[in-house]
Amino acid sequence: MTEALLEVKHLATEFITEQGVARALDDISFHINAGETLGIVGESGCGKSVTSLSIMRLLPRPAGSIVSGEVLLQGQDLTRLAPEEMHHIRGNRIAMIFQEPMTALNPVYRVERQLGETLVLHNPQMSKDEIRAASIRMLKRVGIPAPERRMQEYPHQLSGGMRQRVMIAIALLCEPEILIADEPTTALDVTIQAQILQLLKDLQQETGMAIIFITHDLGVIAEVCDRVLVMYSGRIIEQAEIHTLFDTPLHPYTRGLMNAIPRLDKPAKQVLSTIPGMVPSLFDTPPGCRFQNRCEYAQPQCRATTPPLEGDSDQHQVRCFRFRELMH
Amino acid sequence: MEILKVEELKMHFPVYGGIFYRQIARVFAVDGVSFSIEAGKTLGLVGESGCGKSTIGRALLRLYEPTAGRISFEGKDITHLSGSSLRELRSDMQMIFQDPFESLNPRHTVGSILEEPFQIHRWGTPLERRQEVLRLLDRVGMPADSVHKYPHEFSGGQRQRIGIARAIALKPKLIICDEAVSALDVSIQSQILNLLVELQQEMGMAYLFIAHDLSVIRHVSDQIAVMYLGRIVEIAERDSLYKNPLHPYTQALIASIPVPDPRRRKTFTPLQGEVPSPLNPPPFCHFVERCAYAQAVCSQQTPQLSSIDGSDPSHRVACHFAGRLSHK
Repeated sequence: MTEALLEVKHLATEFITEQGVARALDDISFHINAGETLGIVGESGCGKSVTSLSIMRLLPRPAGSIVSGEVLLQGQDLTRLAPEEMHHIRGNRIAMIFQEPMTALNPVYRVERQLGETLVLHNPQMSKDEIRAASIRMLKRVGIPAPERRMQEYPHQLSGGMRQRVMIAIALLCEPEILIADEPTTALDVTIQAQILQLLKDLQQETGMAIIFITHDLGVIAEVCDRVLVMYSGRIIEQAEIHTLFDTPLHPYTRGLMNAIPRLDKPAKQVLSTIPGMVPSLFDTPPGCRFQNRCEYAQPQCRATTPPLEGDSDQHQVRCFRFRELMH
Repeated sequence: MEILKVEELKMHFPVYGGIFYRQIARVFAVDGVSFSIEAGKTLGLVGESGCGKSTIGRALLRLYEPTAGRISFEGKDITHLSGSSLRELRSDMQMIFQDPFESLNPRHTVGSILEEPFQIHRWGTPLERRQEVLRLLDRVGMPADSVHKYPHEFSGGQRQRIGIARAIALKPKLIICDEAVSALDVSIQSQILNLLVELQQEMGMAYLFIAHDLSVIRHVSDQIAVMYLGRIVEIAERDSLYKNPLHPYTQALIASIPVPDPRRRKTFTPLQGEVPSPLNPPPFCHFVERCAYAQAVCSQQTPQLSSIDGSDPSHRVACHFAGRLSHK
């Protein structure tokens, strides 16, 4: 087996707040290979965005911090790097795009300056003309019509879809090995979402970058990912190759999620299956399995000890004591 | 029986600008829309951001003054009602909003939020009102002690339940649900959808269900209207619309939905371009710039909403070439 491009080992992240300490990530381990798309799916507050911020070392300070674990980028532990060294990783080797490009783009700078800024930061030797040419080339590549004109516009003059394309252009300027996409299409209309998903797939084909795709939408996951992590309340509860996950979801939560979506290929107006109750508060997590209070299969063992993430193969792992019984 | 009938509704908003802040343009948010809703049934109104779907909801409740057209409720013209007759109308027509954070007064307890509709409409004695509030809470699946709590003490899903309880308090005949489940997580969304369907079966209300999610719309609706830039481009019975979409825009919308099944990945981008500005839509057919089938006539004549010969008369579409498009 070749060495993974990025490997996260037993990562734990905590936030210190007025209400106490919240363990937002607990024992997160996964890897991603070059050219692969890894999906992270889960509902609000499950820790999917905190995972990406922890990898990038962008947790809000001083409240949030990584308390244990390693983030290995080709063997180099990012959690131990000095802030200046981390600057070279961000943008150059791992880049990120966000859900709402309006908050990630600077509203008072023209598109040209936002692209140029990134290039100058990472390639101080580039001339002005080179920067301009590279920026225009990049805008063209992400499918922006009339890039020369768009360079002179401000973010508010662009539509949501165009802004997301500009964000992708900025992220890809330094040819990162990994792109973290945090709900990049959630704020977009479906027809524009389809365009952006296609664009990301095409760019990945061209550059061979790995993509970590964070979303709450299982439809989007099915559309773009090779492998998926399902998160719940700060933990990975299932991890599988994409077809395996959709064919044989094992964790009761994953199954619940899949059955709860209204689908075009199922009859309308039927009662949707639901997951009763709510996600536990991070300040008040129960010992043992975090899903126990909503799980129809819970038994005393689930309330006492945390189930390990295990499986019969590397292809499919699940954090549930009873997964073998539930397989059939 | 028709409970609501809308004829040629227009809603134009002035745009001010320039040195003297004079009116410089008009936005045609809703541009001649007609439809009706049967008692106890659900009409789904679907379209992308800025198509005018929420504006219609607000105009129906008379939160906006329509520019032109006629709205009748139970056969009575309500287009220009005011004062006490408008207040009376609103006990029959209620609204559920997208954001339960913004639509519940943070300084009032849930008890007083739910009691308010009864006070406004001078219903019952204080004791009867309080009993009714408890009954409502129970009906939407909230514990009785919620009465003394404030909205911020609840999760998004619970707040949406409170919003629903308020909307059904006066036993309205029509509820306008404006993106009522869009802000919720999947597992909570299915709980709320089930509750809305149950309440309709129990109380016989009609719904105007406004949403951008075609899977959700299909799940709840009997009839569906698809909007594009202020106009209805297609309206049909639910199954007829999904099995046999006639307008190229409806076809593209349905094709763009990510299906939670990795074996059915899309291999093409269904629709190019973006929605034009509502300040300056193309004259005649609004969809012409993005349409793969557009011909000269599409830029010369506005297509009318009508059924096509030899097919279901309740399935109407505004396209010159409807029924003659070969599926690409």
